[in-house]
Amino acid sequence: MARTVIPFGPQHPVLPEPVHLDLVVEDEKVIEARPSIGFIHRGLEKLAEKKDYIEFVYVAERICGICSFIHGQTYCQAIETIMNIAVPPRALYLRTVWGELSRIHSHLLWLGLMADGMGFESLFMHSWRMREKVLNIIEATTGGRVIFGSCKVGGVRRDINADTIKTILKDLDEIEKDMRDLTRVFINDSSVKARLCGIGVLTKQEAWDLGCVGPMLRASGVAQDLRQQGYAAFKDIPVVPITRTEGDSYARCAVRCEELFQSVEIIRQAFAKIPDGEIAVKVMGNPTGETITRTEQPRGEVVYHLKANGSKFLQRFRVRTPTFANLPAMLKVLPGCDLADVPMIVLTIDPCISCTER
Amino acid sequence: MSQEQIELITIDALLEKVRAKKAQDCRLVQISATQLPGSIELTYSFDLNSQLTNLRLSLPGEAPHLPSVSSIYLCAILYENEIHDLFGVQVEGMAIDFKGKFYRTAIKFPFAATAKIPCASSAAAPATGAAACATTPPATTGVKTI
Repeated sequence: MARTVIPFGPQHPVLPEPVHLDLVVEDEKVIEARPSIGFIHRGLEKLAEKKDYIEFVYVAERICGICSFIHGQTYCQAIETIMNIAVPPRALYLRTVWGELSRIHSHLLWLGLMADGMGFESLFMHSWRMREKVLNIIEATTGGRVIFGSCKVGGVRRDINADTIKTILKDLDEIEKDMRDLTRVFINDSSVKARLCGIGVLTKQEAWDLGCVGPMLRASGVAQDLRQQGYAAFKDIPVVPITRTEGDSYARCAVRCEELFQSVEIIRQAFAKIPDGEIAVKVMGNPTGETITRTEQPRGEVVYHLKANGSKFLQRFRVRTPTFANLPAMLKVLPGCDLADVPMIVLTIDPCISCTER
Repeated sequence: MSQEQIELITIDALLEKVRAKKAQDCRLVQISATQLPGSIELTYSFDLNSQLTNLRLSLPGEAPHLPSVSSIYLCAILYENEIHDLFGVQVEGMAIDFKGKFYRTAIKFPFAATAKIPCASSAAAPATGAAACATTPPATTGVKTI
């Protein structure tokens, strides 16, 4: 049978950001997928040599518009590790709350994109309607909706008072109830299952060998979540990784659905245990040393490798983002699938090209 | 937080060491390159039971090259193509070689010492790469991880 090469992206209805695949197909079956990225590589890592390390947190936050807070948090954690800065406990709890709010809005965004990709428009709108409520909480507590600007080296810039905490907890109850209704559709609806079950299967060993991270890894049965390492307030709030064993697109969707409620519970625990006190310490001097810091973003493990030589500019700032780590797995599961399933498979890795092209 | 394990290796031992990591069922977490004065430092990070271990080797600053580990870890193709496109390191035997087209950068090998990039610390005068931007000699210190 004759083979045809079908270009997929860099502009495609299911791709908000530019990634390109040359899909080699026989009839309707994908035989091979050849990736191409690098359309918008921004060179932010190089910028660390020109922006001082305090100022650079603003750049780190702008690596991604969805997990922006956790990028800023991870950067600050890395600098604090190098400089042995003891961050006030209250600041660690606030970081945890904002990090989990980020995870909820990221997963709701993904669920909406997923619904949109399969043509389930009302489900898409419901997902993003709920996301708005989360963004409202973020706006009320940080002043920003996408870029929070609330994390800084040595702590955080803003506190959340007791009255606001009560309001947030009340809002979370409503959001949780709405999310129960929403995820019930993703988990039980026959048309959703028809598009996701058994599609893009990645075994546990394949996911591990290909370096997968986050929901992609956990949906294949590997119980790894960096929050278990106890950064920020996670030393006081234990996290049990949510896993599935099917390894297909449905499992990746189900893991993200369950993680929504896990994050709500983490926020409740954080507000119940948050100590009083300062929210930041003064930072003096310049960093000298090196660190490799990892945290759990909504899309999975992010790795920050920082090297400092005592000047105010970092010698090396390197970020390995979760999407970058999940790309090889995407190429592994595409061959053999139907052409119509390609958008679903690509979406289930939750690709963030902004992160990848940092 | 704990002191991170970094094993210094030579380029000749790279494949053998990476094979040993694979045999232990480690996950390849990242390959990171750092431009230092006169050399390029590579760090291969591995995860096993959520613990990070690293292999580190140094390449000469001029005509750097190294063997690909993509025959052991397929996912290394992304890191190796990135190191080629940003630092100019020739990686031999990559399972998928994008031949310099992985990133579409305006400047060839922008992270290499020879890259001609305007440097903020030297006002309007163009400087030569990352080494020219560094104001203080690098210090050798312990590496920490969380």
